[in-house]
Amino acid sequence: MHPVVSNTKLSPNVVRLVVEARRVAEIRRPGQFVIVRMAPGAERIPLTIADADREAGTIALVIQAVGRSTTELCALRPGDSVRDIAGPLGRPTELIASGRAVCVGGGVGTAVVHPIAQALHRAGVEVTSIIGGRSREWVIYERELAEHGEVIVCTDDGSYGRPGFVTEALRDVLAAGTIDAVYAVGPVPMMQAVVAMTRPLGVHTIVSLNPIMVDGTGMCGGCRVTVGGEPRYACVDGPEFDGHLVDFDELRDRLTTYRDFERAALERLDHDCKLGS
Amino acid sequence: MSEPRPLTPKERMAIERQRMPEQDPSARRANFEEVNLGYPERLAMLEAERCLRCKTAKCVEGCPVAVDIPLFVRHLAEGNLPAAASVLLRDNALPAVTGRVCPQETQCEAVCIRANRGTPVAIGYLERYVADWARTHEEGVTYEPAPPSGKRVAVIGSGPGGLTAAGELSQLGHDVTIYEAFHAPGGVLVYGIPEFRLPKEIVHQEVERLVRRGVRIEYNAVIGKSYTLVELRRMYDAVFVAVGAGLPVFMSVPGENLKGVYSANEYLTRVNLMGAWAESSRTPVLRARRVAVVGGGNVAMDSVRTAKRLGAEDAVIVYRRSLKEMPARVEEVHHAEEEGIRFEFLVAPVEVVGDERGWVSGLRCVRMELGEPDASGRRRPVAIEGSEFLIPCEAVVVAIGTKANPLLTSTSPDLRLNRWGYIEVDSNGMTSMPGVFAGGDIVRGAATVILAMGDGKAAARAIDAYLAGKPSLPVVP
Repeated sequence: MHPVVSNTKLSPNVVRLVVEARRVAEIRRPGQFVIVRMAPGAERIPLTIADADREAGTIALVIQAVGRSTTELCALRPGDSVRDIAGPLGRPTELIASGRAVCVGGGVGTAVVHPIAQALHRAGVEVTSIIGGRSREWVIYERELAEHGEVIVCTDDGSYGRPGFVTEALRDVLAAGTIDAVYAVGPVPMMQAVVAMTRPLGVHTIVSLNPIMVDGTGMCGGCRVTVGGEPRYACVDGPEFDGHLVDFDELRDRLTTYRDFERAALERLDHDCKLGS
Repeated sequence: MSEPRPLTPKERMAIERQRMPEQDPSARRANFEEVNLGYPERLAMLEAERCLRCKTAKCVEGCPVAVDIPLFVRHLAEGNLPAAASVLLRDNALPAVTGRVCPQETQCEAVCIRANRGTPVAIGYLERYVADWARTHEEGVTYEPAPPSGKRVAVIGSGPGGLTAAGELSQLGHDVTIYEAFHAPGGVLVYGIPEFRLPKEIVHQEVERLVRRGVRIEYNAVIGKSYTLVELRRMYDAVFVAVGAGLPVFMSVPGENLKGVYSANEYLTRVNLMGAWAESSRTPVLRARRVAVVGGGNVAMDSVRTAKRLGAEDAVIVYRRSLKEMPARVEEVHHAEEEGIRFEFLVAPVEVVGDERGWVSGLRCVRMELGEPDASGRRRPVAIEGSEFLIPCEAVVVAIGTKANPLLTSTSPDLRLNRWGYIEVDSNGMTSMPGVFAGGDIVRGAATVILAMGDGKAAARAIDAYLAGKPSLPVVP
């Protein structure tokens, strides 16, 4: 059992859940994830570790309520607990040792680039973070990222920071000087757009993928993605890959496998909540 | 009341093998309840009388965990279930499991003297009967563990090999902790073997008995990640690695990443461990109208019979050799046939075909003929030119085997592996790391539950000798 220490709302459907997981907090490295199973009968869901506090023995998970299981996780309060947390899983981020890096975060992915920016900054790399959201209330982790370098905030509707997509800001940063690596975490279309921009410039780009996954240990093969024409497992070979080699169209399509099931599950949850209120 | 006179051998020979009562095929293909219903008392007693009580019992040699079969069967025939159960559980930590999933026809029953003239004693069914009695009568079972040794042993993996080793080590007086990557114990017994062949409640009860006897289980502990093998070795006096084979093998044909293509591991894990067989499940699985399962082993049979129960109108096995070469248990093939499973023999897939939206719409195959024998001694299938045809289907399950999962081994630099990534062990089951033993599929490659259990039992004895500082003894196979 993993007691919930705090639940902070970061945007209309994103929360930061801090839970006890001593061993994970002790050994996790940037880019790694855990598999969370909230209660008996619940799904196993992979979540990237946003932060950890070794002394307190806690990890922070930033969760977007998109399906039934994530909606229920977002509703947990201090005093509740999570039944199972397995990890840390996946390979840690491959960090450059010097030079300049850009960290691009979209939506909930912004929380995932945070430990990467933090580690790069500690290693002496100059970091620029570009983060985005639909509007001001959807922007997360701005303050935390500002501790590790410049932050450029973009909103689709221009209600805060720079109007437009993160890729437009990235174009300007890439034009302004030499960049040694780009780290991009966010929705598949965003990562795909970032990669399309860095590929002609030959800028090394690392992306973090979130395919459908069950065990997280390489056993099921459900998370297979095509990288450089070869099948790779996001859970053990990733979740981060060279973005220039990833078949994003395939990933995007495979992510829709259970869309109908998920929609029905959400409707059931909605129905149950109305009955319960 | 006088003791009944023991039967003469001639009278024993006159008794026919008792049939296992089964759920009717037409009913069971739509549910996940157990197919075999178990002997009622009368049939079990009668079947037990068929045993000739050989002085040198071949069946014991045929059993990878060397159960004293004639003795427990004799106790059963005499109506002494506590004695029968005590003998069985002394030799086998998971008899309710092996009584259901062992390939008896190639092991104990294959060498039963009665098989020479007629049918062998139904040892598996009798084991199941006694084990099921023991599940509900624990107070009747004698358990005499050795005094505590003060030694601590870690077991990695709670599948059949790990559980057997843990039970045996605990019985030998050692303090045992199992590390399990999943949130539930049982390994392949819970994620792989379906409910209709091995109800999860039975695995749960067998594990609970070990826990009551002092075995601890740490869940969600992925060794190689949460802890490395080197760290565990430092924390314990000895370690047994029984993590299974793990990684699914795909066909390497075009279209394998279309939506609707599963590895058998994923398909069965969703349905069994995550409970997707129930409509109310929170974990989804595709319930396709037509499902093609590629492979001819037990995992393929489990997958195709699962597909049928999930509502498939057409559930078909696609196997590149013929019925004769199929590695699946005879009973599983027979049950599958009864349930209306279709078999395409001497057929190999060449492409998974998809529709314009990325969903599977069929499996393109080619017909094969058997050529010269290959390294395995089986005749090698050769493609017949121009024989391509399409099996229309909405889901494909690939059950053609597994390979070594590098998760643990890649973080254990001192662990010697063979060229396929499996762990190398000496004749005592010890790896190149002193005090670290290994067994089951991560040593053998994909094999069976009972062979993994045999390895677990042998390793436990070797670990016991190692901990006592005794010279290693040759281990029974």
